[in-house]
Amino acid sequence: MVVFRIERRSGMPAYLQIVHQVEQALRMGALAEGDKLPTAAQVAATTKVNPNTTLKAYRELERLELVEVRQGSGTFITRSLATPQTAPESPLRGRLGEWMREAREQGMTADDVTTLFDTVLGEAYPGIAPRPAHVPAN
Amino acid sequence: MRDTTTYGTADARWALEARGLGKRYRRRWALKDCTFRVPAGRIAALVGPNGAGKSTLLNLATRLAEPSAGELRIFGAPADAPGTMGRWAYLGQDKPLFKRFTVEQTLRMGRELNPGWDQRAAERIVRSGQVPLDARVETLSGGQRTRLAFALAFGKRPELLLLDEPMADLDPVARDEIGSLLLSEAAEHGTTVLMSSHLLSEIEDMCDYLVVLAEGRVRMAGEADELVPMHTLVTGVTEEDALPAALNAHTVIEVRTSGRHFTALVRRQGPLQGPWQLTEPGMEEVLLAYLRSPGAPALLSPTAVPGHREESAA
Repeated sequence: MVVFRIERRSGMPAYLQIVHQVEQALRMGALAEGDKLPTAAQVAATTKVNPNTTLKAYRELERLELVEVRQGSGTFITRSLATPQTAPESPLRGRLGEWMREAREQGMTADDVTTLFDTVLGEAYPGIAPRPAHVPAN
Repeated sequence: MRDTTTYGTADARWALEARGLGKRYRRRWALKDCTFRVPAGRIAALVGPNGAGKSTLLNLATRLAEPSAGELRIFGAPADAPGTMGRWAYLGQDKPLFKRFTVEQTLRMGRELNPGWDQRAAERIVRSGQVPLDARVETLSGGQRTRLAFALAFGKRPELLLLDEPMADLDPVARDEIGSLLLSEAAEHGTTVLMSSHLLSEIEDMCDYLVVLAEGRVRMAGEADELVPMHTLVTGVTEEDALPAALNAHTVIEVRTSGRHFTALVRRQGPLQGPWQLTEPGMEEVLLAYLRSPGAPALLSPTAVPGHREESAA
């Protein structure tokens, strides 16, 4: 089962952090169609999250048509965000992995890599907002 | 009041509803003209300095005291209506338990005293904290005692759980554990919680609804999600030793100055324009500002205002 991690001081509302973590898990294939999300009580027990926060996140995921709330049985993933390219064995991912190893061998720090990555990302996808590292978009 | 005898039609959407509620001890009003409500299903925080009236409010809800003015309803029925008492559970700050009882005897007491007792829930709460059933209460740690008190409270299967400083005397690990327990049990049973607390960071993590009292009056009540974002922290330079006049259009809750530099927490009444630096305050900053400024105008979100609803046409 997914376990959410809430960063209390991130400035991003807790429900949005849950939404993002589900999206992330869907992209990485850690969650797939038909999987059940933990109940609000389970999330509260593992992460001390207010149950209404979890329900708000699930409503938002439902609005995004990623999950379906089935009365009495739980909240289920309805579609996947994983693409063949994000799977561990995909060539694109493999080449990025090689690139990362090379960067590290040449002495680049994680921060250097992130900065370079964001710059190149911005060039390749003009018009996207900078990645929400800490601050929510609104 | 059209309907004073049957409460089957009472509005159960509001776990707690106070109208003009007041309590006077001799000459002093411990609580005065309190009007607010808490919707069912919330985890609500009751916040205020010592002597603000938090315990008085809890005492009125639990009928340990009678109101001197106004009325208090629980799930739509008057607090003193027959049957209302079975719907809530109250856990006082000192968590009174019989020291010589074992854990098992304590749970048996709960079972014998409460008609709708849920032994499985009570035992689950005790067992998940590795509290031995045959241990005497006096040998338990603070965290274990709190856990047992929670087992008693949740075993009653209350719709409304009233807690007076439930975490005050717990170490950080026990506090985290009890916090998780409270939220997960409340989620499991759809229990409404109203807990008084001084631990603002704890409240920020756990609560979605706020009732702020100061000097016996309601200073703020409503959805945390709505109330907190109405405020902005403004930093700038004073004009002739005073706040810039342009800020007067907004409700200034609290100002601190140091030299020519000021920091003000304001409730926006429109766009904020000026040569200022603006930041979004967290819940803790907003709560602190209201607690330090009891004279600031009260703020209630629409859900917290009794009567702000579509009355049934019956």
